[in-house]
Amino acid sequence: MAILVVAEHDHGSLKGATRNTITAALQCGADVHVLVAGANAAGAAQAAAQVAGVAKVLHADGTSLAQQLAENVAAQVLVIAKSYSHVLFPATAFGKNVAPRVAALLDVAQISDATRIVSADTFERPIYAGNAIATVQSTDAIKVITVRTTGFDAAAASGGAAVVEALAAVADSGLSVFVGSEIAKNDRPELTAAKIIVSGGRALGSSEKFDAVLVPLADKLGAALGASRAAVDAGYAPNDWQVGQTGKIVAPSLYIACGISGAIQHLAGMKDSKVIVAINKDAEAPIFSIADYGLEADLFVAVPELVSRL
Amino acid sequence: MKVLVTVKRVVDYNVKVRVRSDGTGVDIANVKMSMNPFDEIAVEEAVRLKEKGLVTEIVAISCGVTQCQETLRTAMAIGADRAILVECADELQPLAVAKLVKALVDREQPGLLIVGKQAIDDDCNQTGQMIAALTGMPQGTFANKVELVDGHAVVTREIDGGMETVRLKLPAIVTADLRLNEPRYVTLPNIMKAKKKTLEVIKPSDLGVDVTPRILTLTVSEPPKRGAGIKVADVATLVDKLKNEAKVI
Repeated sequence: MAILVVAEHDHGSLKGATRNTITAALQCGADVHVLVAGANAAGAAQAAAQVAGVAKVLHADGTSLAQQLAENVAAQVLVIAKSYSHVLFPATAFGKNVAPRVAALLDVAQISDATRIVSADTFERPIYAGNAIATVQSTDAIKVITVRTTGFDAAAASGGAAVVEALAAVADSGLSVFVGSEIAKNDRPELTAAKIIVSGGRALGSSEKFDAVLVPLADKLGAALGASRAAVDAGYAPNDWQVGQTGKIVAPSLYIACGISGAIQHLAGMKDSKVIVAINKDAEAPIFSIADYGLEADLFVAVPELVSRL
Repeated sequence: MKVLVTVKRVVDYNVKVRVRSDGTGVDIANVKMSMNPFDEIAVEEAVRLKEKGLVTEIVAISCGVTQCQETLRTAMAIGADRAILVECADELQPLAVAKLVKALVDREQPGLLIVGKQAIDDDCNQTGQMIAALTGMPQGTFANKVELVDGHAVVTREIDGGMETVRLKLPAIVTADLRLNEPRYVTLPNIMKAKKKTLEVIKPSDLGVDVTPRILTLTVSEPPKRGAGIKVADVATLVDKLKNEAKVI
């Protein structure tokens, strides 16, 4: 049976996490289909058809899918889900919102945050904030999985030539209405896709200092900005910058932790980074135990100096 | 309006768990157990809605071992009015819990459910959405703000890139994110009061729910260890290492 990937997209294009999910899907089986459920989403459907390894794209288009409401997207997935052995979603805010709805209505369990596909029914996933790795086997006929994108490389955006098949869009559930959104606009790379991340903790002391100290470094490196939970709770940084167990899971080439002590919940979100730099004036900070390069220094002196030397 | 909140007994968030050497799981014997932090936020939110006069009764539910009664007493000390424990010594997975809660929703007919977005032991982030699916309710996941207006819940959600607001027809389910509120400290008088509140204990079979796990845990292992690196003396050395040794800038 074929494998279904539910695409995360902005209607015009695919979100990067979709391509990591396609890679995971190809490890479950060879015949991978992608569902693009959107409104005026021909752009995203075309992009999905070009991803290497995709055999077929199913494109459902209608106003009920414009805001990606969980109730409607889940209903759309359920129209076709029973023809598949696996239904995969990226483990992003979008995927986590919709996937369990689909699993429950199929009366199957869900495997959350898969980091490795061991076989078609066996998967690895982190538990206890990544302090243990469970190898789990699904006994259900349909495997509903959310894929931790840092565990899989992105499939190539081009090289595929899948057919695009139109699907009737589901009717609106009438249960929920989209009121509005506040999406921060900036030119920085997306946190979960960034090659370099500059991240700040409570030691920054205020939102003004967070920006004044870390923005120049992020600009110089073309980096995304992240934060610890303490910094977000204190209002120094926006919610969606939080890196950690229950925030964003990241694995950039370089993670620079400035004034972050390194609670286990934070480490859970960034310990798979290739190179970790910690700048902290507390020699005992737990972050030093996993940092490749630790600099014991006052970040208000060290970070500006770092900017000037790059 | 009646509100249902769900609470899970988990290993305290300050405890760093150890993987058992035989690979069968993590060692939770003699480890401090607490209410899942997201569930504490869920209970607090329900209590705040009651304090505003928008809610008349709060029922706390837990599914699990006998000791979950302590977790339910804590929920009642925060302000829940009564509690129900679905007692079960076997492993309960999110789908099973969602079915148990669905059965209690049928019985209790709440106008709103507030649950934690994720438990910090299995890190699944599933149960709220599954309850919503099984009861046919709309869902407001990862809630940062909840308002009750004209028979609707207006929920501001934390999503990738920012925030989103949805209006849900009641009854609805909300899953609490970290910044929905800051739970109060439980006071001794409230702990004493909670002891007198009703705590009903039932079994999954009383609700006619099959809780057999669908996912088998084959092994649990330690994650790959990340060795400590080196301390560098100054910024110049750091830049040199990043450029010439790690080659990441």
